[in-house]
Amino acid sequence: MSDSDSKLSIPPASTYFMVEEKEPVETHTLSVVVDNEPGVLARVIGLFTARGYNIEQLTVSETEHEKNISRITIVTSGTPHILEQIRSQLKRLVPVHSVADLTLEGDPIERELALVKVRGEGEKRVEALRLADAFRARVVDAHTGSFVFEITGKTRKVDQFIQLMKPLGLIEVVRTGIAAISRGPEAMKV
Amino acid sequence: MAEDANPAASAASAKPEMMTGAEIVLRALKDQGVKDIFGYPGGAVLPIYDELFQQDELNHILVRHEQGAVHMAEGYARSSGKVGVVLVTSGPGATNTVTGLMDALADSVPVVVITGQVPTTLIGSDAFQECDTVGITRSCTKHNYLVKDVNDLARTIHEAFYVATSGRPGPVVIDIPKDVQFATGIYVPPHNVTHRTYRPQVRGDAGAIAAAVELMARARRPVFYTGGGVINSGPRAVTALRELIRMTGFPVTSTLMGLGAYPASDPQWLGMLGMHGTYEANLAMHDCDLMIAVGARFDDRITGRLDAFSPGSRKIHIDIDPSSINKNVRVDIPILGDCGIVLEDMIAAWKEKNLKPDEDALRKWWEQIDVWRARQCLSYRRSEEAIMPQEAIERLWAATREHDPIVSTDVGQHQMWTAQFFRFEAPNRLLTSGGLGTMGYGLPAALGAQAANPGRLVICITGDGSIQMNIQELATAIQHRLPVKVFLLNNNYLGMVRQWQELLHGNRLSESYVEAQPDFLELARAYGWHGIRCTKPAELDEAIREMIAHDGPVFVDCQVVNLANVFPMIPAGQPHNEMLLGEETANAEKAGV
Repeated sequence: MSDSDSKLSIPPASTYFMVEEKEPVETHTLSVVVDNEPGVLARVIGLFTARGYNIEQLTVSETEHEKNISRITIVTSGTPHILEQIRSQLKRLVPVHSVADLTLEGDPIERELALVKVRGEGEKRVEALRLADAFRARVVDAHTGSFVFEITGKTRKVDQFIQLMKPLGLIEVVRTGIAAISRGPEAMKV
Repeated sequence: MAEDANPAASAASAKPEMMTGAEIVLRALKDQGVKDIFGYPGGAVLPIYDELFQQDELNHILVRHEQGAVHMAEGYARSSGKVGVVLVTSGPGATNTVTGLMDALADSVPVVVITGQVPTTLIGSDAFQECDTVGITRSCTKHNYLVKDVNDLARTIHEAFYVATSGRPGPVVIDIPKDVQFATGIYVPPHNVTHRTYRPQVRGDAGAIAAAVELMARARRPVFYTGGGVINSGPRAVTALRELIRMTGFPVTSTLMGLGAYPASDPQWLGMLGMHGTYEANLAMHDCDLMIAVGARFDDRITGRLDAFSPGSRKIHIDIDPSSINKNVRVDIPILGDCGIVLEDMIAAWKEKNLKPDEDALRKWWEQIDVWRARQCLSYRRSEEAIMPQEAIERLWAATREHDPIVSTDVGQHQMWTAQFFRFEAPNRLLTSGGLGTMGYGLPAALGAQAANPGRLVICITGDGSIQMNIQELATAIQHRLPVKVFLLNNNYLGMVRQWQELLHGNRLSESYVEAQPDFLELARAYGWHGIRCTKPAELDEAIREMIAHDGPVFVDCQVVNLANVFPMIPAGQPHNEMLLGEETANAEKAGV
């Protein structure tokens, strides 16, 4: 339906018209401050699935216990038009206090944590420890045949570490989603 | 909106009022100004019904299906501006409200639905008539609550009314477990209960308004495109809209949901726009250079193909919902706010800057519009032998004008013909399911409107498919003495579906012919209604006269031509200036630009 002949071609016999999306897709990190009430996460996720938006990563936890506030960090992707819709739809939810598009506001600080279990002996074991040192990963569990490393950093750095561990005996990985915060002195409206 | 309890008295009485959850519910509703509730009892909600029995300020209307209760609340709210209130039980009672809730959400109608729930200790144990009401209704409500502590109950109910009525109105569900209804707790009166953070913006940005009126003064081919938001905003918005349109002399069109905000008899009225809108309205929208959208959301029934929608125009969009702005159509001047307040500010700005419209250009624009009007796009051929559905609606409108009736419709061809031929002069007169298009809406909505407007003439125009979806509510009319008039355009087909199949699916009429129709009058009489049948055009006027004169509910079985089509029509996938016109339209069937 998107070619130049579309005006002449017979439209599909449908109650709706179908248009193709042409804008480029971008990945953005959103920070959503919400009331910490039962079901609020389900509400936010329900919004994304109901409207067909993408959730690539999601982190949520309480940030201010006295005020009963939680913060949800979502990594989502879409065209700029879709991203604008996602922001307005989120703001429309009654328990949502504020929504910030950290990527739009400029280069946020993003960190995630991974626990990486590596089983190896001899040379591979030594190499794993050396690499962990280079990546500033800590050993949080050690046995004669295995380690568990804890690494924090940007997603790219964690991805790299995991890739490097694979030939060295990587057997299990558990990752959190990202926590993100804007640079500079301004805080998010609560 | 929330009625304040006497602040002085509340401040003076330091002793908190203790009462059971069920009593709190009724007290909160009364303090919110509620007079009527639509409901159906059940196990999980018996404590509330017990309290209801022991008082007589709140009037309860017993429906015959919970879906009917929600549509009644919608008709009540739409026709009066008040909040519609529903009370149903858990499990199937709650799930039966889902269609009505989605309908209220799609059309922005303020409705509060209270559902019973199994006791808190049994939640999650697959108890009898248990369901995850909050989970199921999460996406079909504006907001919902599960109240687990009786001390939160009063505040929650007041907050629910606030959420339902502020910003863009919508439905709210309050799920109350049975043990909470029995428990004793503190009652909190409504004043000062709003919401910590949900405060929709109502005043439009002054800079945007100034820019907008400047654009309007320079426009050569302007048009107002108004929608349901004007009516939701209230009488202030309707008054301001009329004043602004008359001041500027611009043409005006409206969506289905906005009909009546501007009087149809006025020469500046172009008729409804959209998929079945008038030729002149759709072409004016396509060819305009300035489109002023007020309380409308650029729905796909209006725009047709988006990439060909009003390509040469600048657009001003006034809306209270920020997510509606720039959602489907890019606009040049978005103005976020309550359209009543924004329109008043626009009038003030226009007067203050001493602006005048471009009279010369406007005159030429109206000349062009009159050429389009001359096509007489709503023409149809009358018959002596059989009743054309368009004629039935026209005769109905003419005969009831002096009564200023409230009209509800179901969904389908009859709904479109009503929008085209029943010329509405004032808001809150047309009750119809626009966004969701729910068949079965008409009869209960009419009953709700009658409950809100006793003594008024209320007519439900319906089709033979739609009327059967909530036909059980015929009983509610009798029980509660709601003398609604049902006017059935009976053509033995699911008309709108048949029309699409004829025009776009090679006339393969798959399941659109309705066999085994009941004798509707026997059915209506079995419920205790008065029945009238008409089959010939000559019988129409008398049938309508008798319908109006009869004291009580009346069912008119008006048998009409089976295969009539609604024109104009913009088939999906077409731009909104390429319409199919009926055979009778002056000069040809298919109209181009």
